[in-house]
Amino acid sequence: MFDFLHRIASLCRKELLAIFKDPANRVILVFPSLIESFLFGYAATYDLTNVPYALLDQNRGAISTELIARLDGTVIFHRVATLQTQSDIARVIESGDALLVIQIGPRFEEQLNAGESAPVQLILDARNSNTAGSAVGYISAVVDSFNVARVSMVSGAGPPLIIETRAWYNPNLETRWNLLPGLIASLSMIQALMLAALSVARERENGTFDQLLVTPYSPIEIMIGKAIPTIMIGLMQSTIVLMVALFWFKIPMAGSLVTLYIGLTLFTMASVGLGLSISAVSANMQQAMLYTFLLIMPLILLSGLATPVRNMPQILQIVTLANPLRFAIDLVQRVYLEGVGLLTVIHDVIPLLIISGITLPLAAWLFRNRLL
Amino acid sequence: MNRAAPALIASAIHKRFLIKETGKTVHAVTDISLEVQTGSLTALVGPDGAGKTTLLRMAAGLMKADEGTLQVLGIDVTADPQAVQDRISYMPQRFGLYDDLSVQENLDLYADLHGVTQAMRKERYARLLEMTHLARFTDRPAGKLSGGMKQKLGLACTLVRSPELLLLDEPTVGVDPLSRRELWEIVQQMIDDERLTVLVSTAYLDEAERCARVFVLHEGKMLAEGTPGDIRQRALNLCYVATPAADQPPRVLQARLLDDAGSIIDAVPQGGAVRFIRRHEVDQQRLDALLDGALVAAVEARLEDGFMVLLREQHDLEPLDTEVLETAHHPKVEAEGDTNEVIIEVRNLVRKFGDFTAVDNISFSVRRGEIFGLLGPNGAGKTTTFRMLCGLLPASSGFLEVAGFNLRHARAVARRNIGYVSQKFALYGDLSVTENLEFFGSAYGLYGNRLRERIGIVMRQFDLKGKEVSPSGQLPGGFKQRLAMAVALLHEPAVLFLDEPTSGTDPQRRREFWRRITALSEIGTTIIITTHFMEEAEYCDRIVIQDAGKLLALGTPGEVRAQAHGKDSPLDMEEAFISIVGQSRQNNGNGPLAKETRP
Repeated sequence: MFDFLHRIASLCRKELLAIFKDPANRVILVFPSLIESFLFGYAATYDLTNVPYALLDQNRGAISTELIARLDGTVIFHRVATLQTQSDIARVIESGDALLVIQIGPRFEEQLNAGESAPVQLILDARNSNTAGSAVGYISAVVDSFNVARVSMVSGAGPPLIIETRAWYNPNLETRWNLLPGLIASLSMIQALMLAALSVARERENGTFDQLLVTPYSPIEIMIGKAIPTIMIGLMQSTIVLMVALFWFKIPMAGSLVTLYIGLTLFTMASVGLGLSISAVSANMQQAMLYTFLLIMPLILLSGLATPVRNMPQILQIVTLANPLRFAIDLVQRVYLEGVGLLTVIHDVIPLLIISGITLPLAAWLFRNRLL
Repeated sequence: MNRAAPALIASAIHKRFLIKETGKTVHAVTDISLEVQTGSLTALVGPDGAGKTTLLRMAAGLMKADEGTLQVLGIDVTADPQAVQDRISYMPQRFGLYDDLSVQENLDLYADLHGVTQAMRKERYARLLEMTHLARFTDRPAGKLSGGMKQKLGLACTLVRSPELLLLDEPTVGVDPLSRRELWEIVQQMIDDERLTVLVSTAYLDEAERCARVFVLHEGKMLAEGTPGDIRQRALNLCYVATPAADQPPRVLQARLLDDAGSIIDAVPQGGAVRFIRRHEVDQQRLDALLDGALVAAVEARLEDGFMVLLREQHDLEPLDTEVLETAHHPKVEAEGDTNEVIIEVRNLVRKFGDFTAVDNISFSVRRGEIFGLLGPNGAGKTTTFRMLCGLLPASSGFLEVAGFNLRHARAVARRNIGYVSQKFALYGDLSVTENLEFFGSAYGLYGNRLRERIGIVMRQFDLKGKEVSPSGQLPGGFKQRLAMAVALLHEPAVLFLDEPTSGTDPQRRREFWRRITALSEIGTTIIITTHFMEEAEYCDRIVIQDAGKLLALGTPGEVRAQAHGKDSPLDMEEAFISIVGQSRQNNGNGPLAKETRP
């Protein structure tokens, strides 16, 4: 047993030395994660902060002016044009100057005073459907509050139904809050996958893998010796993103660090297994790199990081079951934002165990019995 | 006499390099002056690090000299490298062939690059393809050619246009004797037909023998220059052949001679005997004692002899601490082993890749303590056989056992019996010498005091002191190889596998290398070695010659020479090899590689 541990330890030591002695490697291990977490934190957001709009007010009454004043009062909407005729609408939308046009008909005030409902028409630039949708939501909210105020003013009574929202786990509904915990898993996956994929391929290219295979190391030992350092580095990546989320973006963490790291370790094991399998079938580093890139895109797309898994077609939802990132993102978000324990996310833990249980032994087997 | 102006005139050239890691400046070329006559073949010879490649790269305008002037075809290269490059051709050690392009596409590409007109191409291609015997392979991707064919294609690509000066940097490194011979035929033909001027660097002294003029470089300085005859002159009346008693392998006598640097300049085994160069001022009695009754005859000096005399004047061969070698190493199983025990057994071994048979039904066995050589041209199946023996490649069929195990399926522990040195440096380049030794030591289950002790021993044994913390990848070539050997012997294996360990190394380093191997075999280590140098077969107890996957000859070097040309064959090993392989190819002309040498 001592002999076994000693030999594994020296394999790990060798692997870490080889990774950290390369100055280019040292830079790659820290900066990309740091830069990407800032990039995602600031740049990737669905939250609307600046909606340019144009107004076509054919009524120009006191009430319409009041409605528009409420809109202009928010920091989000700002008017870029005030249109005179209907024919101007196409121009401002097409040029992209305005994301939407608000049209208020000539009989607006008349209808309201007569107790009829008065339409406020929105013309949207739906070339970006996400943003347009969110903008509609914001305007509805403004119009709702206008309605409430008006009804109580006219009749003295409150509206029959009102919706009160409390957004749990992310009170201000900030995209950043669900994206950054997701990144804790995805960025470490990219690094762990890449590092694992290159590790055997690099040794094969340099001829050192043969030298390793003629030693008494068994394929399982080589696999363990390669997996442990890579898992350590994957967890280091997660830690970098975690620090940025906690201390820079100040996203409060509800769950326990221990639970989080147990989940992340399982996930990184699965990613490393995947990476080592890629590495074992690749003849050289170029191939390993290519396979990894081919894999990363679908892994991220089918993970639920950007779009929810349940929105996907049934068949793709089944495919996501083979994706460790899908389970990891769910796990990290729930532990981080909801603060749940390991048992609550057991449906994420078990698939991760299964995926590692397949990919890691597969990689070990492939070391000696390469298919290609 | 109407002599054309020299094609290349170098006067007092210096070139220094700054080594980043150490901050030291290395003098790669020091005060070199030389002339290359138009229409002649000129050679640059010298050990590794002599400055041959640097000199060629400067002549090709790829590098600027720090001092001195360099005129190529009457043009100052430093001032106008492009004008020179338009008129010369340069073939670097590793020629840039595109592996995925076919032979024809590679030729087209280089013709395009050099702006060869369509009209000229037709005639030029026909000629080049005929000379290189590649006409039948024009559709084959360059990556699928054997090493020798690749090198010939490289030369053909270099010659797609008629250069006024051809620079060749070690064109025959890693190429088997047959392809080597063909490469030189091509060069010679170009010189004869087109009055081509050629400057070639080489580590093979027999190649320099055919040159009009030879420049001997050593550590960046010019050691000597002249015709091959002038260089041979240095060893005049000093060369002898000693034939030891029949029961004694020549390498024992050779090792004994080589170890006495005071009396002997050089000794190599040759044709079952030992060829040696004595010192001028040798004490006859001492020499007689060394020879121990072996039959001695004086022989003509060769260029290599003159070269060795020159080198020895610079510094002596590192005297090998044979005592360290012999006490340091005890193969584990030695105690119970006797020398007749079979340690490697191969029966009806076959390896196929798709429908190509790389190793075709071969059988042989190796006894404990033997030095066993695997010889054959490029692509003959030596490396495949070798990799199967080490357990790196599964056999398609047949029986295979090394030290009682088939290493492919044996438990990992069985691999403790073997040491492996690959052709290319295959240790971790970023790790230091000590880190590599520690890692591989632990891989073989050594730790603590035992590991430290073994590392100390191999460091002494392979002369690695003072390099402990250097990154292995940045060691000079000789050190790299010694480190690889040290790693392979750290755990005292019973069998040592060496794949072309001497490819591309100069005669001096090859002597040192074989001296160590001889010492290792003395203490009972079995050695399996592949090589391209046929004269090295003379160090082996027994050899096999493989071609097209088949085993063509098996026996002691003497027996193999006899097979080629009857008893008391006058052929040397290289001639015997060419004769055996040539005959086999003639007999079954459709072997996969047979086509290579036939027009």
